[in-house]
Amino acid sequence: MCGIVGLFAKAPAIEQALGRHVHDMLVQMNDRGPDSAGVAIYRDPAPPGSCKLTLQHPDDAYAWEPLCAEALEEFGGEARIDRRANHAVLHLDAIAETAEEWVGRAHPELRLMSAGAVIELYKEVGLPRLFAERFRLADLAGSHALGHTRMATESRVTTDGSHPFSTGLDLCLVHNGSLSNHNRVRERLRREGIVFRTENDTEVAAGYLTWRLREGASLVEALEGCLTDLDGFYTFAVGTADGFAVLRDPIACKPAVMAETDDWVAMASEYRAIATLPGADDARIWEPEPATVYSWERELV
Amino acid sequence: MAVDAQTEVVDLSMTSLRELNQRLHGLPADASSGPVRWRIVKPSGGHAIACGLDAPLEVEIDGHVGYYCAGMNKQATVRVHGNAGVGLAENIMSGLVVVDGNASQAAGATARGGLIVIEGDASARCGISLKGGDIVVKGSVGHMSAFMAQTGRIVVLGDAGEALGDSLYEVRIYVRGSVKSLGADCIEKDVRDEHAAELRELLEAAGAGDADPSGFRRYGSARRLYNFNVDHAGEY
Amino acid sequence: MAHSDTTGTTPDTTRDRLSDIVGRVARHGLRESALFDRATIHEIQRAASEGIYDIRGFGAKRRVPHFDDLLFLGASVSRYPLEGYRERCDTNVTLGTRYASEPIELKIPITIAGMSFGALSAPAKEALGRGASEVGTSTTTGDGGMTEEERGHSDTLVYQVLPSRYGMNPDDLRRADAIEVVVGQGAKPGGGGMLLGHKISDRVAAMRNLPKGIDQRSACRHPDWTGPDDLEIKIHELREITDWRKPIYVKVGATRTYYDVQLAVKAGADVIVVDGMQGGTAATQDVFIEHVGIPTLPAVGLAVQALQELDMHRKVQLIVSGGIRSGADVAKALALGADAVSIGVAALIALGDNSPEFDDEYAKLGSAAGFYDDYQAGRDPTGISTQDDALAARFDPILGGRRLANYLRVLTLEAQTLARACGKSHVHNLEPEDMVALTLEASAITGIPLVGTNFAFRPESFAKAVLEALTPAANGRIPEGTRRP
Repeated sequence: MCGIVGLFAKAPAIEQALGRHVHDMLVQMNDRGPDSAGVAIYRDPAPPGSCKLTLQHPDDAYAWEPLCAEALEEFGGEARIDRRANHAVLHLDAIAETAEEWVGRAHPELRLMSAGAVIELYKEVGLPRLFAERFRLADLAGSHALGHTRMATESRVTTDGSHPFSTGLDLCLVHNGSLSNHNRVRERLRREGIVFRTENDTEVAAGYLTWRLREGASLVEALEGCLTDLDGFYTFAVGTADGFAVLRDPIACKPAVMAETDDWVAMASEYRAIATLPGADDARIWEPEPATVYSWERELV
Repeated sequence: MAVDAQTEVVDLSMTSLRELNQRLHGLPADASSGPVRWRIVKPSGGHAIACGLDAPLEVEIDGHVGYYCAGMNKQATVRVHGNAGVGLAENIMSGLVVVDGNASQAAGATARGGLIVIEGDASARCGISLKGGDIVVKGSVGHMSAFMAQTGRIVVLGDAGEALGDSLYEVRIYVRGSVKSLGADCIEKDVRDEHAAELRELLEAAGAGDADPSGFRRYGSARRLYNFNVDHAGEY
Repeated sequence: MAHSDTTGTTPDTTRDRLSDIVGRVARHGLRESALFDRATIHEIQRAASEGIYDIRGFGAKRRVPHFDDLLFLGASVSRYPLEGYRERCDTNVTLGTRYASEPIELKIPITIAGMSFGALSAPAKEALGRGASEVGTSTTTGDGGMTEEERGHSDTLVYQVLPSRYGMNPDDLRRADAIEVVVGQGAKPGGGGMLLGHKISDRVAAMRNLPKGIDQRSACRHPDWTGPDDLEIKIHELREITDWRKPIYVKVGATRTYYDVQLAVKAGADVIVVDGMQGGTAATQDVFIEHVGIPTLPAVGLAVQALQELDMHRKVQLIVSGGIRSGADVAKALALGADAVSIGVAALIALGDNSPEFDDEYAKLGSAAGFYDDYQAGRDPTGISTQDDALAARFDPILGGRRLANYLRVLTLEAQTLARACGKSHVHNLEPEDMVALTLEASAITGIPLVGTNFAFRPESFAKAVLEALTPAANGRIPEGTRRP
């Protein structure tokens, strides 16, 4: 059980302050998800032919700098590493699949949190309000972000078990609720080549979406597939390179509030997270209908 | 609402919720001493605001509230100038709760008395397990509204979502708009004179007195789920 | 397979019938199937006749691992006992120390579990209040609300908040001594309350806002929250309504107990009540009672482990129920780490349920004293689980209260006796190391060593033993798992 927040900027001022707003929203969801927190933030696009990987090491003292030189040597072009607490975003001149394969081989001690052109994904155990401070979320600008606070139900409180789960390039998933058929679905997906690191039900949902997308479904089709193939209670929020999507199960017991102004679209488990945003008092507020996919995309310039 | 010398104003960004609720609870049930009129500002979606009241107070809340606003209310009038979260006025015993905007899930859950008026829409499970209270929604209600509702009245000027009145007992439901689908054991029934009179009264009390009762359809229990087919001791 | 009977006459008295069956079994070499035994055959034929599942009261009747599989290690040369009667063995317990400004003090660590007025008669509820108050412990309302009898006669009353919310009101919330949010009960975790039409009397109907004589349908989820994250907000509301004075309990039927207990802690509970599958009910499907939930024995250990990992053991108190029968059960539950236990079926039996003096009446109902479990039918000749005024009038609440008080005293004295024998001046000082397990199963379930060894049959113990066996023995220590010389 958990808290979800999402923010999609429509105005430059919100983009500039995206991290600060997400920080404030996350803090409001601290109580309903005290075990761990995570954020996927879409920002600082990598040019075509290059990519960004978010990597993590459990030790705060890990030396990230050499990775830059190694990447340059392996791929040429340009490389950059931006460190944030015990995570780091590595920009390098290769396509994501190649970069992922290289890092996995050359540095098996590192955890790959996300890969893509725009996504950065930070998640850790500990109180959300401490997480937000530790990762200096308030520094970050970006186009949109999804955040999550976790109250672990049937799996352990670990970094790997935290949300968001990365389901593919520039893709991520957060979940509030409890699935009931995830064990059998996990086995099916394993046979399709999807790799799982935890016993977490949300990881199964993330794997399901990855698989559907890999097999050619659109994001909307993949989410609609959840309605038939996944059983249980869920509010899902999915992040994509261009925007985000929200889906509630047909019974819709878990909360979800949406709000929109001229400057932003926001989503949260409780209104009080949305209340922190500028202009929230006058926002259009509604609740997503059950079994209906809602999605927002930025127009590509 | 104009602020006058007799209205107590509380800013929830400065005062704790616990302090506010305790002050409200500390007032005598006969309102023999006040303040009787309260205005709460900066609710910021907080939960359990003005819950457990037991005095004929007038409470106005400027902004959106979170879960369980006016929960278990007795005697008081609570007006929310904004939207309300889950479980608005849950288990209300008496009094009046009005929301200018929309209400989230389980609005009026297990309400035992009093009147809840929602000017906007209510989402899923409005009036779930209703136990004698009255609910008037000027907009629409979401799916599974009036689920297992036992007694009381629900009036919807807009539409109703899927599975209205599933497992209904003796609640009377009036809907002016369309009903997506009816739940188990819920059927449409005639609107007779006594129902029209009841509906007129409820609409009047909710400030919708100019809505014409003849535009509404009535829904109630078919009463087919009232008894199991079982007899253990004697049958075999 | 039918055999012709060669004796010629047809027996008609009960004794004759029984000896006839015994005779036939012997003469013809009849064998009962373990799978399709008489009770199973009866049930299948009943189902074929009635077309609806079997509903009954009481708890699980089949044998499952229980406290009987544990034994205490009494005092010896290495440990010294306390003298009975002279040297104190205290039994008091405080519940609700985490957040409540008015925690509950009980004289004994045994409480009366939630049982509804509706399931039970009014005089039965009164008797529970009288008996509990006499010995300084609490009773709990049930799925029907608070009656004046119970509040009037019970010094300490816990008020349940259930999915149905029958009778729920803030005045009762405020005059309760504690509040128990019920997620589920051991007999039917995932099920809701059930009361059949013949028990929905005028009074019950009025309290539950139902038409008289109809079958009450059950809600299995709460109407205004689902999940521990929203439970936290609900608990917060209940605290705000009662000005943070009263302890808030969360009750679960034992299933995924480890996770449930951790989640209840995270949701803000002061006290957690875990009800094992053996826990009783007034009415539910037999298949639910017998086939859902885990026994109390593993549930206690899982709950304690969950609390210890959050460093909340003894800070969030644990009450366990489901099959508590004697002071030995009480002592063992406490030794495993519970702060208190709760009794339901045992309390009713103490009041007089299934008493042999009513055997003739049980016979008329197609049952027998010691076998009666049809609480749902409302025809209880003892007047306990009925709403029939004439039957309820048979039950004397004052006598019943005295009987319950006697029984609670015996439970307490027995637990104290065992605790003193283990050298404890407070029953809470009983610990798992005071016990051994009689069976491999019980050892694996509880992590308590198998009698005759110092080995608990759990994966961790095996791993440890293998490591030690591979390491040269240091300090002359006796390795795990070996027999003592």
